This record gives sequence, structure tokens and C-alpha cells, in this order.
Amino acid sequence: MTEQLIAPEVGRSRTRKEDARLVTGQTNWTDNITLPGLLHVAILRSPMAHARIDRIDVTPSLARPGVIAAFSGRELAAELGSLPCAWQVTEDMVLPDHPPLAVDEVRYAGDPVAVVVARDRYTAADALEDIWVDYTPLPPVLDLEGALAEGSPLVHSGKGTNRCYTWPLASGDYAAARAAADVVVRRRYTQQRLIPNAMEPRAVVAAPVASSGEYTLYSATQIPHIVRIMMSLTTGIPEHKLRVVAPDVGGGFGSKLQVYGEEAIALGLARRLGRPVKWTESRSEGYLATHHGRGQIQDIELAATRDGKLLGLKADILADMGAYLMIITPGTPLLGAFMYPGIYKMDAYSFTCTGVFTTKTPTDAYRGAGRPEATFAIERTMDELAAELGTDPLELRRRNWIQHDEFPYTTIAGLTYDSGNYEAATDRALALFGYDDLRAEQRARHDNADPVRLGIGISTYTEMCGLAPSRILGSLRYAAGGWEAASIRMLPTGKVEVITGTSPHGQGHVTCWSQIAADALGVPFDDVEVMHGDTRVAPQGMDTYGSRSLVIGGVAVHRAAEKVVAKARRVAAHLLEASEDDLEFSGGTFTVKGSPEAHKSIQEIAFATFAGHDLPEGMEPTLNAEHLLDPDNFSYPHGTHLCAVEVDTETGRVRIRSYVCVDDVGRVVNPMIVEGQVHGGVAQGIAQALYEEAVYDDEGNLVSGTMADYLVPAAPDLPDLVTDRTETPATSNPLGVKGVGEAGTIASTPAVVNAVMDALRPLGVRDIRMPCTPERVWQAVKEATK
Amino acid sequence: MAHISVNVDGVAYEDEVEPRLLLVHYLRDRLGLTGTPVGCDTSNCGACTVDLNGASVKSCSVLAVQADGGEVTTIQGLAVGDAWHPLQKSFHEQHALQCGYCTPGMIMAARDLLKENPDPTPEDVRHALEGNLCRCTGYQNIVRAVLAAAAELRRHGAPEPRGVRSDVPSTTGQEAPA
Repeated sequence: MTEQLIAPEVGRSRTRKEDARLVTGQTNWTDNITLPGLLHVAILRSPMAHARIDRIDVTPSLARPGVIAAFSGRELAAELGSLPCAWQVTEDMVLPDHPPLAVDEVRYAGDPVAVVVARDRYTAADALEDIWVDYTPLPPVLDLEGALAEGSPLVHSGKGTNRCYTWPLASGDYAAARAAADVVVRRRYTQQRLIPNAMEPRAVVAAPVASSGEYTLYSATQIPHIVRIMMSLTTGIPEHKLRVVAPDVGGGFGSKLQVYGEEAIALGLARRLGRPVKWTESRSEGYLATHHGRGQIQDIELAATRDGKLLGLKADILADMGAYLMIITPGTPLLGAFMYPGIYKMDAYSFTCTGVFTTKTPTDAYRGAGRPEATFAIERTMDELAAELGTDPLELRRRNWIQHDEFPYTTIAGLTYDSGNYEAATDRALALFGYDDLRAEQRARHDNADPVRLGIGISTYTEMCGLAPSRILGSLRYAAGGWEAASIRMLPTGKVEVITGTSPHGQGHVTCWSQIAADALGVPFDDVEVMHGDTRVAPQGMDTYGSRSLVIGGVAVHRAAEKVVAKARRVAAHLLEASEDDLEFSGGTFTVKGSPEAHKSIQEIAFATFAGHDLPEGMEPTLNAEHLLDPDNFSYPHGTHLCAVEVDTETGRVRIRSYVCVDDVGRVVNPMIVEGQVHGGVAQGIAQALYEEAVYDDEGNLVSGTMADYLVPAAPDLPDLVTDRTETPATSNPLGVKGVGEAGTIASTPAVVNAVMDALRPLGVRDIRMPCTPERVWQAVKEATK
Repeated sequence: MAHISVNVDGVAYEDEVEPRLLLVHYLRDRLGLTGTPVGCDTSNCGACTVDLNGASVKSCSVLAVQADGGEVTTIQGLAVGDAWHPLQKSFHEQHALQCGYCTPGMIMAARDLLKENPDPTPEDVRHALEGNLCRCTGYQNIVRAVLAAAAELRRHGAPEPRGVRSDVPSTTGQEAPA
């Protein structure tokens, strides 16, 4: 036999298997699903931020032709239960009831109060207008500090406080570090509320399976497995009688990492009516009903010596929970708790986070979930410290970051970063950016009093992702683990089915898992099919969020494939009458060392195993294998992002002139897909810096309540990015891979705001709240220069 | 109820519809053409973009009755058999989609651009797609894909959409440069 050289799949920019149906419109979005007898659900929502429900009368809606049923929250309360929060972050955390339909009181504009079920979606929507609700307005709770003040109105009056929890973390002696410091920089930052805006609105179809007592729930969700468990606990439908399917899902960004009231309502209605029901949110409804992200006030202190050595960091956070605690609402800001020190060495760190209830839409994970806030705080403050010390901000970072030869490195926050090379990523970024030339132009514009100023923003970020080692989640009081499951079925004809517990919604898992399995099994990429997102097909899984899918789920595929190969090796040795140790496995073929004519392909072994005629003693006739992988550590991608902006001081307009990102996400499975993740991630971070904010008025109405009022950036609003990578393999998994889904978002927001501040600091501007809109920039310039 | 007759992706339909029925709901709920999705309720996102009588429209902002007597092309009518439209091909090859929800609208809007401007600059593409939102890609690869498709169309033209007869002057067959 001639030596077969097969190019490895991992590392190739394979175009995606997912695309064919997406570019031709052969999609299976949840809202596409029709079933015999399908009914349509519309939900009446509170128009007020906070009110007592005195009376609801749904009966007038029943008179409308085509209306099948209508219910108030009180009528369904017993069967719908309370929505779950899986993260009791402290023992004394305040955990209010969260009925899917409000019963006595509404606590945010958009809180659902009644449902109508009708034969079509137009009739259901019309019938909402027939429902009578009498409300007595209650005072809204909108301001985080005000909510904690004595005498504040309460979101949950029965709880006696708007404080949900206070969670501390301390390492080293911060007071001593501060006392020893020559310089202490203090800043307050506001992380505005953001609306995630996955392009596919949420949708749910719940269908009873005739006479078996089973239910199928189709949902536009990132987490079918978690939804199954939680819906079972919430609605009382036994877990084994509930199948959850995530069909094609059109983006999530955290907003579909949730167990939503509408899922419980749909199941409840399907059970009560014995017919399938569908609910699809309108975009404006989603702005109220789908969880928001961010929403924090951060008080930051950074203590350093005169020559720029960091001594200590203090971060005190107020985090807006919104009106209720959803699946990981309280834990989301704490995912950032370990990341405020970033890539820097220091002696002391003090962190507290206080969760606060407000009468607004609940918050929860949004791309990055806690880490963007942390990275923003440290990277913004490093620039402020550099300005205070009169040092180049890059030089200050170099002086303090973990050197490449110091890995693995345990940070002051207690994490052990397994690998990284901040020097290499930064050097590469500088080479692509033209740093020195831009600094020269910046000085020239300053000297000429050019109305258009240039600013350079730096973000040398890292993040913790790949959520998460189960024992750490346990120590943080999270209710579940962070493992992931993969199964591989070796079919008789040598084709391969991979079953993954991850649940993609745009990431390209089908393509990437095919590449991983193809390499490990030595089979062609096109011989692999990947199945996911249906608890009947993929019964075990922890789903997709927190940049976990590749580093846990993808590695689990690799591990399961290794088990298949180990079984195949046993059969091959038996058939070739050789010892297992004497077999080489390469390119899908077992060969006896020194006897190249004696070989068996993995496909031949698959058929021989299926036939079962001649197997090793005691061996089951299957090569199939599964692996549940619980990671040892988080994943720590890092990189250097450099942003140059032109700020027009006369109009306040910010234009991103160039943006360079060099990311180190370890070994790369598919460079094209990684680049796509960086593009989209950076875009969302830029959007926070410059464009987006969920705005409430003084009465608690969401003013930015439609896509016409909330600026999701369009193509002309975003720059072309220059992307590159350095590759420092992770040492925490056998593929050397790191997460990439959130890195761009985490990195880019501070890079952009630092650039804006760098442009305006010489004019006396101290800070600009995000988003840095033309109005805010113009006002800041005006105030600084008056 | 109003009577409409409309040709969608080369198939003639006659239907009774409520006058208020949106074209996108007619396509999705009545004809089962679910390739065209709905992404918003304020005509901002463009996910529902289709071609109506030769021009791209947001089908959430058009009533089904306004399409009466007209010809609609959706994302599902672009490919000819197994042959994808150059935009479908380039979106795939340039990784211009992730979740793919905006993709039908992006492709239909880009197709409209390339009919009017077969050789656009990157800035032309960005401005032409201003009414189509994507949350996944940051648009960089979408721009790349549209430029690649433009080059391909200039070289080879587009396949004739399904059901468009070549002997009849048709608004949907015009994108191939002369």
C-alpha cells in the first residue's frame, strides 16, 4: 500500500454544510412550523412599569369569531408554576416568585397579564383589544442607587428590599495596596442596558402527542436540554414525557439562553386545550419580553506606583436585575468578577457586586455576560492611569501584563490562565496598525487645532470562557454542571453520525464538528453528519453559550472519536492477527507495523463489527462511543485590539478610521468561521460603544421600544476590520483550542471608547457615557471647552 | 375579502385575502413559502425583502392586495434547479451568513442593487444594504460576497429564475448585463 497523505481537516477554511438550506430559503425556523389544528397565541402585556391588577376580564374576547380561549394570569397560575432561576448566588439572595403570567401585580412594562388563543395570528392579536384590565399604578423603581435608598418604593413589596444580593470577592490586602500607592485612579462607568436583537424573534410551538401524554416543545432557544429540565419542573410535565426541539435558530447572543414564560404558557395551553399552539413575538414585543443585557454602574479604583506598577484594584458594582430573576440573571455580572484584573499582575483585588431589582425588563446574559463589563473597566482605567502618569498606554500595559514565560499563571482573582502570549499579539497588532504614524498624525492635528481629532484606543484583553468546570460552578452555587456530551455512531457502510449536546444557532458546529470527527476517525469530511438540538436525537447536553461549544463540546467529539478508534483497533488487531500495539492508525487505516500489505480501513472494520461474525472475545458488535467531557479549566482567549477614530468636535460624530484585531484563540479548527465570529463580535462591541442603549423614561416606559428607535448598526455604520491571529495553543484540552464567540465583543468596546477619550482628553474631556453618540460627544466637548 | 391573482416564483395563485393581510404573511402562512422570514415590525430589518415586479420591497410593508396582478420572486425562486444564483453561491463561499436569518433579505436586496449598479464599490454595497440588518457578521463578509457576485454576474450573468419564460419580456430577467 502506498502511503496516503491526507491533509488534516482541522485548520482548513471549510465552507459550511449549514449554508445550503439557509441561502435557498429551505429553513426550519420555529415560526415556519405548522401542525394540524394549530392555534395561535397572543399575549396581553402591561402598559405600565408597576401597577396592581385590580381586575381582568377576558370574556369579551371570547365573543370574537375565531377566538378559541382566553385566560388571565390568575386562571393559569396553579398550572404554570414559577419560572426558574438556576443561580442562587448567595445563601440570602432574594428570590421572588416569577409567574409566567402576572397575577396580582405587574412589575415592568411588558409583563404578561393575559393570553388569547385563536385560529390565526391576526384574530389573536385583534382579540387582545377586547380584554379589560383595571390597573392601579404603583411607583416605578428605575434608578439603581435610588432603589437601594431608604424609603424607596419596592419592586417586590413582600421582600422588604430592592437589594437582591451582595456578593464579595477579596484577594490580597487592598487597603494596604491603596495606602502604598502613589497614584489612585477612581472612575465610575455606566454599562448601559442593551437589547440583544437576535435577528430571529423568539417563537414557541407546543404540541400534545395524541393519547400518549407526551408533549413536544419547539422553541427558538439556545438551550433545548436545559429548557426540557426546567419546563418539566415548572409545568409538571414529567421529563420523560417532554421532548424539546430547537429547530433552525436565528441567532441568540444570550437572549435565547433562557427559560421563558412563553414556553411555559404554550405548554400549559397545549395541555389545557389538547391542541398545538404557536406564539411568535413581534420585534417590538420582544424588546419588552426578551431579556436585556448589561445594566451596571461600576465604581473602579486602580492603585499604582509612580512608575506605573499596579498594586491593587477595587471594583464595586451595582447590577440591574430588572423585575425578576431569570435563569442566570444574578450570576451574569459575577461571570465578570474574576476578570477585572484582566491580563495584569497586581497584589490585591477587591470586588463586590450588589444586585438590584428595578421595574424594568429582566436582564440576563448578553454576548460576553459579565466579562465585557470587567474588560471595559480595567482597559478604560488603564488608559486613565496612563494619562495620569503621562505614560504611553501601551507601555503601561507592557509593564504590568503577564509575560509569555510566566504561564500557567494564577491571577490575583484566583484563575489559572493556562497559556497566552500578550507580547506576540500586541507586536503583530502594532505592525498592522501603524501605531507610530497615527500618533504623529494625532499630535499634528492637536498642534493645528484641527476640529477633527484623532484618537487611538487600545484593548489588550483576555476573558474566561468555555463555561465551565462543574466543580467550579458548584462552588459558585450554580444549580447544574458545565460538561458536554458527544456520541459517535459508526454506521455499517462507514459513514459517521455525530450527536452533539451543543445547540448551534449560527456558529457552524455542524461543519466544525465534522472536521474534528473526520480527522480523528480518518474519514472524509462529507461522510460525517452532525445532529443536534432535539432531546430525542441528542438526549444529553448542556447547550450553547459562554463560548463553550468548541472547547467542551467539540473536544468531547474528539474524545468520543478516540474511543471509536480504540474499539476499531481491537477489531483490526483481531482480524489482522496482530497485537493492538503493533497497529498504526493513519488516514483511516490500521496497518501492521513493518507489514504495509496487512491493513484494514476503519470502514471495513465498521462493517465487520456490524456483521459480528468474527469479533474479539466478549466484544459487543458496535464501534459506537460517547464521551461526556467536564473541563478542568476555563478557556482564556486573548488578543490586542487597536482602534483609531476621528472625532469631529464640531458635530460630535465619531468615525472609526481603522480597526486592527489580533486574537489568540489557540489552535483553530476553521479559520473562516473564526474570522466570522471575530467580525460579528467586534461589531456588537462597537455597537455598545457608539450606538445602542435601551432607554426608559421617568415612568418606566421603554422609549427605545422598536427597531426604529434602537440603533442596531447597519452596514454603513461599521468599519472593515483588519483581523489576524497568533496561535498559542491551550494546554487545557487535547485540541489546543480556545473559545472565540464572545472575544470580539469583550475586546472591542473599550478599544473604541478609549480611542474616543484619547482624541478628546487633551480638550479636557474626562469621560463620555456609552453609547458615545454625536450628541453626547458634542456636549462633552462643549462642556470641557467652555 | 379581496380576490388577488399573483405569480410567485413562477407559480400562478388565485386567492381570497383580507385586505389588511401583509404580503409576507400571505407568502408564509397561505402559500407556505417560509423562506422569507419576518424580523421586525417597523420595516427596519429587511429580512422579509422580496422582488415585486422587478424591484425589491420589504414584504412586511406591502399588502397582499398590492401584489394583485404582479410577479413576486422570493429567495426560494432564485435557484434554477441545483444551480444557485451567484449571490447564493458567493454568500456561501465568502461566509456571509452565520445564523442565516437575514440572508434571504440580504440576497434579495443585493440582487436589486446589482441590477441597477453591476459594478458597485464597497461603499455602494454598504449604502444599498442600509435597510437590511445583520446581527452576526458585522457585514464585512456580506460586502465581500456582494462584490464577488457582482464580478461573477458581469462575467456570466444570472440563471433565469424558475418559471420565467424567455420569450416574454420580464422584469425578473434583467439582471444579466447585455
